[in-house]
Amino acid sequence: MSDMHAHSVAFVRETMLPEQEPPASEVGVVHWMRENLFRGWANTLMTVIAIFVIYKIVAGAFPWFVNGIWSTNSLAECREILQGTTGGCFSVLTERWNQLLFGFKYPQDQYWRLILAFVLLGLAAAPVLFNKLPKQMLFFTGLYPFIGFWLIWGGTLLAPLVALAGFLVGFAAFKKVEHQSFAMGALAFLVAALVTWFLGGFAIRSAPGFLALEAVPSRDMGGFMLNMILGVVCVSLSLPFGILLALGRQSDMPIIKWICVVFIEFIRGVPLITLLFVANVVLAYFLPPGTTFDLIIRVIIMITAFASAYIAEVIRGGLAALPRGQYEAADSLGLDYAQATRLIIMPQALKISIPGIVNVAVGLFKDTTLVSVISMFDLVGMIRGPILASTEWNGVYWELWGFAVFLFFIVCYSISQYSQWLERQLQTDHR
Amino acid sequence: MSTVTDPPVESFRLSQLINDTRYRSITFQFIALILLIFAMAYLGWNLVQNLAAAGLNISYDFLGEPAGYDINQTLIDYNSQSTHWRASMVGVLNTLLVAVMGCIMATIVGVFVGVLRLSPNWLIRKLMSVYVEIFRNVPVLIWILIIMAVFVAVLPQPRDFRGDDAEASMLWEAFAFTGRGFYLPAPIYEPGSWLVVTTFIASLVAIVVYRRYTTRKLYNEGVLLPRAWPTAALFFVPTLLMFFVLGMPISLEYPELAGFNFQGGIYMRNSLLSLWFALSIYTAAFIAENVRAGILAVSKGQTEAAASLGMRPNRIMNLVVLPQALRVIIPPLISQYLNLTKNSSLAIAVGYMDLTGTLGGITLNQTGRAIE
Repeated sequence: MSDMHAHSVAFVRETMLPEQEPPASEVGVVHWMRENLFRGWANTLMTVIAIFVIYKIVAGAFPWFVNGIWSTNSLAECREILQGTTGGCFSVLTERWNQLLFGFKYPQDQYWRLILAFVLLGLAAAPVLFNKLPKQMLFFTGLYPFIGFWLIWGGTLLAPLVALAGFLVGFAAFKKVEHQSFAMGALAFLVAALVTWFLGGFAIRSAPGFLALEAVPSRDMGGFMLNMILGVVCVSLSLPFGILLALGRQSDMPIIKWICVVFIEFIRGVPLITLLFVANVVLAYFLPPGTTFDLIIRVIIMITAFASAYIAEVIRGGLAALPRGQYEAADSLGLDYAQATRLIIMPQALKISIPGIVNVAVGLFKDTTLVSVISMFDLVGMIRGPILASTEWNGVYWELWGFAVFLFFIVCYSISQYSQWLERQLQTDHR
Repeated sequence: MSTVTDPPVESFRLSQLINDTRYRSITFQFIALILLIFAMAYLGWNLVQNLAAAGLNISYDFLGEPAGYDINQTLIDYNSQSTHWRASMVGVLNTLLVAVMGCIMATIVGVFVGVLRLSPNWLIRKLMSVYVEIFRNVPVLIWILIIMAVFVAVLPQPRDFRGDDAEASMLWEAFAFTGRGFYLPAPIYEPGSWLVVTTFIASLVAIVVYRRYTTRKLYNEGVLLPRAWPTAALFFVPTLLMFFVLGMPISLEYPELAGFNFQGGIYMRNSLLSLWFALSIYTAAFIAENVRAGILAVSKGQTEAAASLGMRPNRIMNLVVLPQALRVIIPPLISQYLNLTKNSSLAIAVGYMDLTGTLGGITLNQTGRAIE
């Protein structure tokens, strides 16, 4: 049969045909464009509109960037060079660079301190942000608040040293008494720290020149640095307060619970700007007659109170999201409240609330611009006040505001990207 | 026979106050309460001392005194002889005005952008995420100031409308967009106009009732009645009919150039406009994210199930995806509205007189009464 078959059929293919290339419309760029840009007439129309919008923006912005002038001393000079052609007067940025970043009062020859403080901030923040780095670096993070304070505000090194010593002595006292109970430990911490600070006060007064940098009063802070200081200080201060408030709100003790609830709800119901006005005007009435303390500290207190109320709510969400079994398991292991909270509850609750905390932090950093309304010269205040009001630069809007947008965008966008990365890192469940 | 003895009565020792969990919470609360009372008393004592030193006393009488300052944009009658109370009412209304307008516009823009972020078109998707990221990550105060600067710098001043070959011209002789604000035609209500307004409101009610009816019909009997064109018809026809039958009782007052400025019509100051636009587009970026998250939260199985039942994409969106997405979207949407209302206190930065501006700003400056 097979013979016959061989004769009756003229040709039998014995090897496989090579695979054919898919049609050109189904692969590569063409396919991608058909799928994503030109699927149906409505889609095509949208693409055309989008391209038109992008073209408009680019056509407007491109010559403005390319023809930009970077080295004149006033707007009039810049306009003279441009001769009516489109172009940005970026020279306002170069000429006022220091003012934009550091404000207009900080002594010029001391700028290195701020830059050093900023670099060290990155170093101090790194081990907190990335847990792959060696744990020893955390020591530096603990030291940073004192170094940073000394670098930015100046004055004798003794002041931050005494503050640090207070914490260390307090901690030692806490460790000594901790086995009795957590509450006694906390009390011992408080007493020891206060005694150390009290004694250290004499030391500072007796040697005001010890390793002193030129002291800069805080009303001289300004520019983007002020935003950074307020943002970093307030976020880091509001975290512990927020945790305490959240725990207080969850607590079984009615009086403590109600104090926390009233505080949180009151703060959350009031816009930040109102609180800042309070800090500016009213707060002085509530202090002993004759005391004045800086506006910047009053503002830090208010922003911290504001942020800690929001963070407390976020953490409360995290606490509520923990399964009941975790609390019961901790109890059944015989841990007391402080141990259970520190070892079992908080690590999990904080992990859940990371995205929320980062949201609050970004919002808070953006809200630091509000201090310009109570006549502090942060970045926005510098732009609105000394720069736009000066005779040289009256009328430069796009360049300055574009710069402000750029700075804030960089910081906030990188924080939010970081939080997304962190969420992926901490994801221990299986999805 | 054994007797059950009572457990020995423990004598109360002082150390139980801190070591025994039964008493510890009471101790802590007592300490907290004492501290709170002391802090309050301390602050109150300082307050009394400071006020005595400054020659002030707490009273709300100032609310009844003439304010003595003008407010540039008001919804109710107000002049500089009105009381501080009246001034603060103007402030409240202005806050509400910008908050309501902002919420409406932010919702429209936000939903639009949020849906477009899920569009199959790659370019649109990217464009919208750039918009969202840029506006979310920059303080709203900067946006308010930028838009204010753009209004002042880009739009023509009223004097540019002057002359025969003016640099700027009004849109349809009715709208003037100037650097000082927008001038819009204002409606003038003549006798009989209330009928038109009533008809309009009645037709709005009718639209709601009709749409409810169609929904019920669909769910109970599976009959799908048309919704789009009856809604449009109900919206326009009765009102227009009434309008022309009564002989056009509502006319428009157009803004006109008089002297150095426009007169007549509705005048929206650029401070109000920039606040409104900035708050709207800023909040819209957040709302867009909420909308996107809400739509993504509806599992793909729902869409596929609806498709396998033979529903068309439009109807899948309306009947299956949106009702489930709204449940996720609405709570964060409400909190965004609250944020917008709170952010409207930034009005003070551009000189729009809201509550913070009237009560917290000028009244405070004049009377020195910060605490009340």
